[in-house]
Amino acid sequence: MSQDHHHQELGFIQKYIFSVDHKVIGVQYGVTALIFLFLGFCMMMLMRWQLAYPGEEVPILGGLLGSGWLPDFMSAGDVDASTYNTLGAMHGTVMIFLGVVPLGVGAFGNYLVPLQVGAPDMAFPKLNAASYWTYFAGGVVMMLGFFMPGGAANSGWTSYPPLSIFASNGQTVWLVGMVLLITSSLLGSVNIIVTIIQLRAPGLSFFKLPFFVWAQLVTSFILLLAFPPLEAAGVLQLMDRVAGTSFFLPTGLVQSNMPLEIAGGGNSLLWQHLFWFLAHPEVYVLILPAIGIVTEIVVNNTRKPLYGYKTLVYSGIFLGFMSFLVWAHHMFMTGMGETMSDFFQVTTMIISIPSVVVLTVLIITLWGGSIRFNVPMLFAVAFLPMFAIGGLTGLPLGLTASDIYFHDTYYVIGHFHYVVAPGTLFALFAGIYYWYPKVVGRKMSSFWGKIHFWGSLISINLVFFPMLLQGISGLNRRMYDPTFYEHGASIQSLNVIISYAAWALGLVQLIFILNFFLSIKFGKKVGDNPWQATTLEWATPTPPPHGNFLSEPTVYHGPYEYSVPGRTEDYLPQHVQA
Amino acid sequence: MSLDLIKYIEEPHPLTGITNSKLAMWLFLATEVMLFGGLFSAYIILRVGAPDWPHGSEYLNVPLATANTMVLIISSVTMVMSWASLAMKSLPKFKFYMTMTILLACVFLVIKYIEYSHKFHLELYPSTNNFFGIYFTLTGLHGLHIIGGILVNTYFLLTANKSWAEHPKMFTGRIEAAGLYWHFVDLVWIFLFPVLYLL
Repeated sequence: MSQDHHHQELGFIQKYIFSVDHKVIGVQYGVTALIFLFLGFCMMMLMRWQLAYPGEEVPILGGLLGSGWLPDFMSAGDVDASTYNTLGAMHGTVMIFLGVVPLGVGAFGNYLVPLQVGAPDMAFPKLNAASYWTYFAGGVVMMLGFFMPGGAANSGWTSYPPLSIFASNGQTVWLVGMVLLITSSLLGSVNIIVTIIQLRAPGLSFFKLPFFVWAQLVTSFILLLAFPPLEAAGVLQLMDRVAGTSFFLPTGLVQSNMPLEIAGGGNSLLWQHLFWFLAHPEVYVLILPAIGIVTEIVVNNTRKPLYGYKTLVYSGIFLGFMSFLVWAHHMFMTGMGETMSDFFQVTTMIISIPSVVVLTVLIITLWGGSIRFNVPMLFAVAFLPMFAIGGLTGLPLGLTASDIYFHDTYYVIGHFHYVVAPGTLFALFAGIYYWYPKVVGRKMSSFWGKIHFWGSLISINLVFFPMLLQGISGLNRRMYDPTFYEHGASIQSLNVIISYAAWALGLVQLIFILNFFLSIKFGKKVGDNPWQATTLEWATPTPPPHGNFLSEPTVYHGPYEYSVPGRTEDYLPQHVQA
Repeated sequence: MSLDLIKYIEEPHPLTGITNSKLAMWLFLATEVMLFGGLFSAYIILRVGAPDWPHGSEYLNVPLATANTMVLIISSVTMVMSWASLAMKSLPKFKFYMTMTILLACVFLVIKYIEYSHKFHLELYPSTNNFFGIYFTLTGLHGLHIIGGILVNTYFLLTANKSWAEHPKMFTGRIEAAGLYWHFVDLVWIFLFPVLYLL
């Protein structure tokens, strides 16, 4: 690094586009991820139209999108079967790999980890920029699928072979995009781990780290070890599609009454094992940063120390470890054998223990506190019961006996959406409202924030709770016409309710988007530490300059010293000597 | 607080005992272990599930692969020597050994090219059967790693004068990290050779 680098005034492009400052990269990640979340939401809205009014032309959008500039996409103005499959696959992929993970790890991790450990930047600033741009390229490549004949990937976000091997070229683009996204994740997680291990400020021992940093550390290790096997699987599937190998294609496949001219001898289940070896740990990649954010906000707004800090840390580490041993509970119905199912049932029940411990710690922390119900706190508190519903509805899916019934129904959709949407996304919203003043120097409007919160809470439950009921009634997932079977047609009214709730949810998010952008200019100006918080990110100027701290901080206390007896203020920042 | 205060770029961290880049390289190698681990697991599952699986030595050229194994092992030695030369403050020796490492890597690729083109000549392709599928996938990916190593090492060789003059410690650290990578790539081949050619 050149010695006088930071003395020069940087041009706009160097400062905001190809920046190596972890805070700018964090914001880039955040804005890009929010745009992808919006795109994924729009895809879901089209699917909701089809589910509520099967076969009817989509108003306005049907004419716009059906005019043929996207080949094989809504060609007749309605959401036909192949369009529905594309939307389903891309909604899942976009939301998880391009939306939630980049927001939780890329944006919050990048922006906050160096600040909370008291470092001037990430350990490798250029690698950090490379990670963002690889992510960006991966997202663009994946979206290109929409402009190809046959449309984007349409084999589900899980891309199970043999279907995915014979899908249109959108699947090839999906695989290339995934390899780019995996590369980006690996670069980012190496950077975060090295930053946490090597660059902690003097005095900041591991057990004085804010829990958010612990969550990012465990998350990064999961990404580091779970993603490469999916990369391996992606390479194998790419070979199957491009080079004509048969890694995932068994002997004797027939397509359109013609035996396929392939070598055969492959194993379709192999893909599922490699895929879920990533994709189950991925659930914890979604949820751990969310728990980290909620912990910070809950402790700050109850104004008392975290109950059971070490318990929380050990639970987080145990969650990370166990997340590698539960993947095949997604595969109970594949006929992989009773021994395998027994093993994965047991591990699945075991992993629910640390999850419950985490929730218990956070709920006991609320006990007896004088709670401030500001907007971030509302979202953080709502996270607790929402995540609990998501977790508890998972138990029947983790046991083979009940999974036989619930498998591949809307119950599964309701379950994992409760974990990710009102769970993780609420935590991410909480984080945005909480750290926005540090990034921008102004608060977001709390009036509109509260409307956003209550509107989201009510409508999102009206979206996902009926799905649990649909699943209990036996409605199959991935069906583009839910009224096709009698048992589906008899509960079609639920689908109409869900769709109305989904559009209400969309309207409420418009308030958030307006609030987000208008507050940059019109928000209430705040000082360096508007929430009277203790952790190091609030010890920087607002917004933090390139290099973060005015002088290197020294840490004297644990992360959550609130209501310390004998002090006039009810908080004791980590860097202040008592 | 300026960016030059990112610590432990040159000096090791007092508690972990290593520099940032060395820790990052070990973490990267962990991802590589998982990548090749996934592919080796795929190999095992495909082979166990196959009614008959060809014996590698019937179709593949064992003498050429043995020669390639030797080439890579020697290149590992020259890679260590290039790092040791820097540790002993001799830039010319570093350049000699680094050039040797790069040349040996190129020899490996040439031999691999001869093997590949012979297979193609016999009309043995990845699509022929899963044995050749996994053979081409694993050795192809390994070959990409060799090419990556050549590119990085060549960059270090071409910029050696400048880096050595400005940041000798950092440069030595980089060569050590590049060495870790190179030994890993060799190690992968040490696994690939018996698994594909001999078993």
